Amino acid sequence: MSTLSYPYQFESRKVWSEFFRLFPISLFVVAFGAAFGLAAIQEGLTPLQSILMSTTVFAGASQFAAVDIWGAEVSILPLVAVVFAINSRHLLMGASLYPMLREVPPGRRYALLLLLTDANWAVSAQDYQNGRRNLEVIVGGGLVLWLAWIIGTALGVYFGGLLQNPKAFGLDMVLGCFMLAMALGGRKSPRVLVAWSVAAVASLAAWKWLPPNMHVVVGAIAGGLVGLIWQSPETASSGADEEVADGH
Amino acid sequence: MAIETSPQGVLALIAVMTVVTLITRFGGVFVMSFVRINPRIESFINTMASSVLIAIIVPMAFSGDLGAVAALVATAAAMLAFQKPLPAIAAGLLAAALVRYLV
Repeated sequence: MSTLSYPYQFESRKVWSEFFRLFPISLFVVAFGAAFGLAAIQEGLTPLQSILMSTTVFAGASQFAAVDIWGAEVSILPLVAVVFAINSRHLLMGASLYPMLREVPPGRRYALLLLLTDANWAVSAQDYQNGRRNLEVIVGGGLVLWLAWIIGTALGVYFGGLLQNPKAFGLDMVLGCFMLAMALGGRKSPRVLVAWSVAAVASLAAWKWLPPNMHVVVGAIAGGLVGLIWQSPETASSGADEEVADGH
Repeated sequence: MAIETSPQGVLALIAVMTVVTLITRFGGVFVMSFVRINPRIESFINTMASSVLIAIIVPMAFSGDLGAVAALVATAAAMLAFQKPLPAIAAGLLAAALVRYLV
């Protein structure tokens, strides 16, 4: 087995088409960024500090949580804990891309992960479920989302919230609706529906009884365990294990 | 331990957040590079991937207001009917806005 070949063919033209594919959703990200910028200056960050945070952290929910515990001083451990807990979903998102990412040289692989976030990951994961390999959306889509987040933050810190109350327009639900559309656009088999039910119950239980912000990881791993026990016929037959394929 | 929010302190805090977030972006892939991918592992990560979406959405529906629930229901209905993400998301936002205006 040659482990040093990296067969993934990166198409730069596709990077641009994915950039424009996520352009509409990034307009909503601008509105979110503006809400973050406003929250950040209200908690005492300067405009430049707020923009710097959006540029280097690029993880909205965790940034809102961080400025929420902002004060004259900020305790390190709670900050690390809340940022890690909220962003721990990236661990799973990255891992789920590994079957494609292992075909990319390590330098490029980690550079690409700098732009990993919810929306571009959701598109890539859905494409993969439907048999299309799409790492270009991580780069192109990630780029447009990152720029939108920075621009939104800048608008928020200099001009205040663009909208008095983004919730009144349902803008707080963009990510949730996007995720749901992606989930329902994927292939649904009995196996997937069982995994979803397990994930739903586990995430709700974690949300109710475990410390805050652990529900995504707990629910996703619980759902994944269904896949570990119950393999789909395609993945089983694509491996060497003929008996599994025959047995189906 | 706490860091004062002086100009340098804020830079340090942002650096801490950046590093922690980078660890989450890199960590999953780094760990996977030590795992031998077999069909069973691939089945696990594929199922986990679609479960991430559910684990984000379901608690959101349960902790959200009526507008949040309306948004998710409308998105689901539009998505199942037309299989087009952007109109489905638009329907969701419209439903949330409408319910919040009325209630």
